[in-house]
Amino acid sequence: MLRGLWNLTWLEIKIFVREPLGVFATIGIPVLVLVVMGRVIGSRPPAVLAANTLVRVGLPVFVCIMIAINAVLSLVTIISIYREGGILKWLRATPLRPQTILAAHVIVKLLLTAATLILMVLAGKRYYPVEVNVPVISFTIALLVTTVSILSIGFLIASLVPTARFAQPVGAFILYPMIALSGLFVPIASLPPMLQTAAQVMPLTYAVSLLEGIWRGDAWFAHAGDLLALAIVFVVCTALSAKMFRWE
Amino acid sequence: MSFDVADGEIFGLIGPNGAGKTTTMECVEGLRSPDRGTILVLGLDPFGDVYKLQNRIGVQLQEAQLQKRIKVWEAVHLWASLYRKKAADGDRLLEQLGLGDKRNAWFMTLSGGQKQRLFIALALINDPELVFLDELTTGLDPQARRAIWELIRGIRQRGKTVFLTTHLMEEAERLCDRVAIIEHGRIIDIDTPEGLIGRHCPEQTVVLATDDPLAEQRFRGIPRVETVIRQDGRFTIGGRGDDLVTNVIHCLSENRVRVTDFRTVLPTLEDVFLKLTGHSIRD
Repeated sequence: MLRGLWNLTWLEIKIFVREPLGVFATIGIPVLVLVVMGRVIGSRPPAVLAANTLVRVGLPVFVCIMIAINAVLSLVTIISIYREGGILKWLRATPLRPQTILAAHVIVKLLLTAATLILMVLAGKRYYPVEVNVPVISFTIALLVTTVSILSIGFLIASLVPTARFAQPVGAFILYPMIALSGLFVPIASLPPMLQTAAQVMPLTYAVSLLEGIWRGDAWFAHAGDLLALAIVFVVCTALSAKMFRWE
Repeated sequence: MSFDVADGEIFGLIGPNGAGKTTTMECVEGLRSPDRGTILVLGLDPFGDVYKLQNRIGVQLQEAQLQKRIKVWEAVHLWASLYRKKAADGDRLLEQLGLGDKRNAWFMTLSGGQKQRLFIALALINDPELVFLDELTTGLDPQARRAIWELIRGIRQRGKTVFLTTHLMEEAERLCDRVAIIEHGRIIDIDTPEGLIGRHCPEQTVVLATDDPLAEQRFRGIPRVETVIRQDGRFTIGGRGDDLVTNVIHCLSENRVRVTDFRTVLPTLEDVFLKLTGHSIRD
């Protein structure tokens, strides 16, 4: 089944790198946002506690969520382009299995996410206004788990939206508002009851809780609930999109 | 719909857009499950044994594309890595198809003809026994089209079977050993191009120009001639059978008729199609 997987993965990475603007948008912008925003907010008097927490935890996690969502949206776009261009259908006519094609793209996106994260850590060490000590490996794993889970939402969107052209805007429309309620900016406890209920059914809420926790240095078992929620999202969305995904 | 394709022949499915050519081909390739009926390809059920079959066939899909920034050699390399048996020599294949100097070019920079040649290379990379080509020359200029025809004849020479679809009657006539004409998902007739023309359009026409005052009378006396139409010193002589042209020439030389123009108009597959379906393939 995995015949051609590494070949295809490596090829897709090469093809990605050949578009410099795309590389900058994917890897460069998150790092810039982190550093510039951090400087702007971090230069306020340290007495403003809210600003301080935001710089220490909120902003880095926010940027990471953006990386994950962007990875998902760009993957949805690529799959759509491949579908419309007949590339998917053609690859199906070879012994290459559709799952392999998908797996290759998922691996590429995860690698890019990891690469962006490493750059952020390096840039953060040098330019970030406050000292941040993060369990990098745990956090990387948490981010990859989050990305895979959001990825399954993306696939479900790509399967349900009839024309590929709308997949990305629809995806953005669904995913971005979730950030507002995810507890990143406003603690969930202080939301009105109705919005609290809404926040609790949104996958991103659990992603943010997991990432913030691991960033602060929590143990994994303290976030078993978050992991379970993300796993359920992944299983449900993957199962649904496997049933409904169109390859042409 | 029922047909057989013989080993080592170029078999063409012809018909207008929307006739069901691609659907038929995709069923045979195992990309699509037929509503009913049975298909056997190289002794395999294409939909059930699709993985086994795919190692033995080469496929080019209509209007297929590759990643914009994939290099020619990378595509060939990727395709070669997908098959279980040892692949054909990709570089030699590219040389043979005239793409040797395009090895490092991005797919998006190739011309239409070059892209199609690359698709042929990819369809041949696993040294398949059977090659499927769907509307391979659509959108190409005549020169590129002729070059592709030459390549397809080359595939047959290597002992492979070619199954193609086209809506270009000229292409089918010049390239295919046998053709099936299909419309609305049904085969109307199936034969060699010559056989189809001979059976459905036996009429032959000679057009000539002469100022001989007795010409019309003489032409009417030629055996097998059915119609003689005169228009400004130009005659259109119609009749049936292979002997018509010979008979006309014979009459001209016997009577020492001075001729300033002489052309034969032979029926083509296009005429056969028109006759069988009642409308032109471009309608």
